[in-house]
Amino acid sequence: MSLPTNPTSFTLADAREAVRKKEISSRELTQAFVSAIEGARTLNAFVTETPEKALAMADASDARIAKGSMGPLEGLPLAIKDLFCTKGVRTTAGSNILSNFIPPYESTVSQNLWDAGAVMLGKTNMDEFAMGSSNETSYFKPVLNPWRARNSNRNLVPGGSSGGSAASVAANLCLGATGTDTGGSIRQPAAVTGTVGLKPTYGRCSRWGIVAFASSLDQAGPMTRTVRDAAILMKAMASVDPQDSTSVDVPVPDYEATLEQGVKGLRVGIPKEYRIDGAPPEIDAMWAKGAEWLKAQGAEIVDVSLPHTKYALPAYYIVAPAEASSNLARYDGVRFGHRAKGAHDITDLYEKSRAEGFGAEVRRRILIGTYVLSAGYYDAFYSRAQKLRTLIARDFTQAFEKCDVLLTPATPGPAFAIGEKTSDPVSMYLNDVFTVTVNLAGLPGISVPAGLTPEGLPLGLQIIGKAFDEATVLRVGRSVEQAAQFAAKPEAWWRAA
Amino acid sequence: MSKMIMGAQGEWEIVIGMEVHAQVLSVSKLFSGAATAFGAEPNAQVSFVDAGMPGMLPVINKFCVEQAVRTGLGLKAQVNRSSVFDRKNYFYPDLPSGYQISQYKNPIVGEGEVYIDLAGGETVRVGIERLHLEQDAGKSLHDQHPDQSYVDLNRSGIALMEIVTKPDMRSSEEAAAFLRKLRAIVRYLGTCDGNMDEGSMRADVNVSVRKPGGPLGTRCEIKNVNSMRFIAQAVEFEARRQVDLIESGGTVRQETRLFDSKLGETRPMRSKEEAHDYRYFPDPDLLPLELEQAWIDTIAASLPELPDEKKARFMRDLGLSAYDAGVLVTERELADYFEDLARGIDAKSAVNWLNNEILGRLNRDGRTIADCPVTAHANNTILKMIADRTISGKIAKDVLDIVWSEGGDPADVVRARGLVQMTDTSAIEKAIDAVIAANPDKVEEVKAKPKLAGWFVGQVMKQTGGKANPQVVNALLKTRLELPEEG
Amino acid sequence: MSVDKETVRRIAKLARLALEEERVEPMMNELNQILAWVQQLEEVDVAGVPPLTSVVAQKLKMRTDAVTAGGDADAVVANAPESEDHFFVVPKVVE
Ligand SMILES: [Mg+2]
Ligand SMILES: [Zn+2]
Repeated sequence: MSLPTNPTSFTLADAREAVRKKEISSRELTQAFVSAIEGARTLNAFVTETPEKALAMADASDARIAKGSMGPLEGLPLAIKDLFCTKGVRTTAGSNILSNFIPPYESTVSQNLWDAGAVMLGKTNMDEFAMGSSNETSYFKPVLNPWRARNSNRNLVPGGSSGGSAASVAANLCLGATGTDTGGSIRQPAAVTGTVGLKPTYGRCSRWGIVAFASSLDQAGPMTRTVRDAAILMKAMASVDPQDSTSVDVPVPDYEATLEQGVKGLRVGIPKEYRIDGAPPEIDAMWAKGAEWLKAQGAEIVDVSLPHTKYALPAYYIVAPAEASSNLARYDGVRFGHRAKGAHDITDLYEKSRAEGFGAEVRRRILIGTYVLSAGYYDAFYSRAQKLRTLIARDFTQAFEKCDVLLTPATPGPAFAIGEKTSDPVSMYLNDVFTVTVNLAGLPGISVPAGLTPEGLPLGLQIIGKAFDEATVLRVGRSVEQAAQFAAKPEAWWRAA
Repeated sequence: MSKMIMGAQGEWEIVIGMEVHAQVLSVSKLFSGAATAFGAEPNAQVSFVDAGMPGMLPVINKFCVEQAVRTGLGLKAQVNRSSVFDRKNYFYPDLPSGYQISQYKNPIVGEGEVYIDLAGGETVRVGIERLHLEQDAGKSLHDQHPDQSYVDLNRSGIALMEIVTKPDMRSSEEAAAFLRKLRAIVRYLGTCDGNMDEGSMRADVNVSVRKPGGPLGTRCEIKNVNSMRFIAQAVEFEARRQVDLIESGGTVRQETRLFDSKLGETRPMRSKEEAHDYRYFPDPDLLPLELEQAWIDTIAASLPELPDEKKARFMRDLGLSAYDAGVLVTERELADYFEDLARGIDAKSAVNWLNNEILGRLNRDGRTIADCPVTAHANNTILKMIADRTISGKIAKDVLDIVWSEGGDPADVVRARGLVQMTDTSAIEKAIDAVIAANPDKVEEVKAKPKLAGWFVGQVMKQTGGKANPQVVNALLKTRLELPEEG
Repeated sequence: MSVDKETVRRIAKLARLALEEERVEPMMNELNQILAWVQQLEEVDVAGVPPLTSVVAQKLKMRTDAVTAGGDADAVVANAPESEDHFFVVPKVVE
């Protein structure tokens, strides 16, 4: 194997091999990323950097390596979305209300990673409480996309809500990162940063210790530079957790082992409802190209229909705010988090602490969610939306009678400029039009970089699978990746002089 | 006792329904592994789940589910194979998550019934609307500081069974009798300790008044009436208040009121004045609770004999009166004690012994049947010695006193102290002769006033140190003094 | 269905979010824009369709009744804005 000159451009798989072969120590690897992060603060990808912890973990890892006891991720530096509670390390959820919160516990998913030997570089920036598709709702200021259009120095959004994770993977600030996906928050930022993002089946990763946004939709997943890396990280993140009642007791397969099996004989469904009016022509072109690639590798392309697709986003914008309005009631200034000064009674304390602690988008969603659950409106909104979810899930069940996976675009367009969509909430919500159906039905979906727009911005394709069939999703993703030969990297304009 | 209350414009009927919160006797909480023991240091029994920390998730305690099923079966209620946990959303400092996990539309237990016995011998059926499982809230202390409240979450997340009745009670007496009966049932079942002082059983009482037979009036909910005594007081006060209000031209407002036990009054609760909109929805952190019929059947098979069944058996098999049987079954310990006590002897004399001797002494000593110093078996021995005339009833009480304070086996006490009853007629006759010889004047008197025979019996008993069999003394005296046979 | 200013105030109160009077109308407009959009769902005939209760078919997990947590009041109040003797402290609540 020929090693890249800078270890930060390793894939996770490369780094794993280099560490195993003792070609590089975890400390050397970690130090390279710590320096890269320092040099990339312009991107604002991290809310909290933990270089000392990282180096200490790396040293502990090197000690284990010396003793010959190596976990599957031994010594590999990762970034953690700031929605995962990390014991003793500030966890903000991108919000002022948690800006001083230090959890006395570790999320199951991050604990799984540390148990596998991984090293924590820090906590990545995100939309506040994961509510957003551009990272502009973060209390800690927006993350900048490492990508810029050709001949432009306009700052673009990295997508959201896992924008900090996506940017840090794209800019080689870590080997991989964790994300969470409630309506597209892993796949959409992955698509617009030229990275790979996998949202597994609901119940595959434990939600214990992840700050809740919408409990019936939230799911953690990996964000990486390659499909293989996603397979490796996915395996380590997933577990059956007795502390999460919705964690599902199915064995976690070795995704890497089946990764290269190809798509010969697989039936790939093309859902016609994902062709939307007004989408840029390169989206449809990319999608058609993806189908051709898979066909060329021996897959059978079949047309399928998911008739309730157009209702997915509106249903999501009832269910998610409703659950969020309840999940966010605990941020009241009493037991943790921001407390307003000078409150004259308990109600005043609640109202001021929450108004000061939450940003505009979070407040808006809490109000929508409160309204749709309030007396007299439950049936018209929440109950109806949950019935729509049944219909959307049935659509998928029927489609999967005809095919093994579905191929769709990941986003309706490439990264947009900061500030471009902030004035109109609904236009911002439309970013998740292709990803949100998957959350409503609880299915696994991956976004794989597939090419560049004429302006030189990355676009992704999405592969959707049956419940708990991440293995096939990854396998098809790998085939797309191979065919796409996506090798472009953003120019490192952000690097400190 | 009349169930009507009299107003200026005639009679009014009181209509009462209850919501009782009974704490499940589990060692850990409903959705977390924190302890439930009473009286811990502030926040010492709080998990991160109970504190509503970010990212924390509930996992249900199977034992608590089992106790709810068990209680449902004890209330002769329908157990629902499928039920749902909902979130009840509201803000309060002792509600850490901003919602209580409860059951709203689909509770674990549906309709059932409880029968209550009233002093006059009347039996009233009280319908049970439902029983559901829910979390308790924490505790706020408002009297520690002039302008601050202190919040302790030790109770937060403790499993409660909320038992809701139909509006089937018509008097404060019925309300109190219902709560006593419900307490007896859960204690028999072992699902709740019924300890009202420690808050493991609390009642919210819904009171309204109406013209007899008329439509239901507007009800007020009186919160946390936490003793049997206060229930009657609170109901009486509230019904009177509503009657006075209506008769003076006012209307009853549906509201939540607090019972002030010092003043014996109810007053509106400030914290509940705002109209609530709880925004119930199924808790997405939990799945529907599905129960296997086989599991429910196993629980049903393990149910103990309950008060009503025990009472019926005491009446049928032991020939006890409804009243005696009813009193005995109020506490499982008492009923069990009684059964051991009465084994092989006349039930009525066992009841009398229990009521007059045992309960009397316990009452004097401020003890309960559970820590009675003399076992039921020892008492049974005493009663058997009375029955076979080894000792007299009088001596039996002395024996009980000795065993009560000094311990030991009653048969040994009787033997060691020579308390065995005299049934030997010659010895008794000797004592009678002595009494007659010493009191010739009384012998003359008794001929005219046969009632004086009692005095002779007393003298003879004294002579024999209480050991003479009183019946034998009576019979022999009658012959010797030539007294007529009584009617 | 659209919300008026009074409803916005009521909802903000329920959600315990202070809303300055000058923010009521803009918020009303934003909420109505979103509500008008989500009301597309009314086009769909959902008669006889059960609401989704869980996306994956599985039974609710249950734990055994054992003490496995708690016992660390320091950790419970460590992040509290105000605490005293392990109690959380809030402005006085009148019952
Ligand atoms: Mg209630
Ligand atoms: Zn209740």
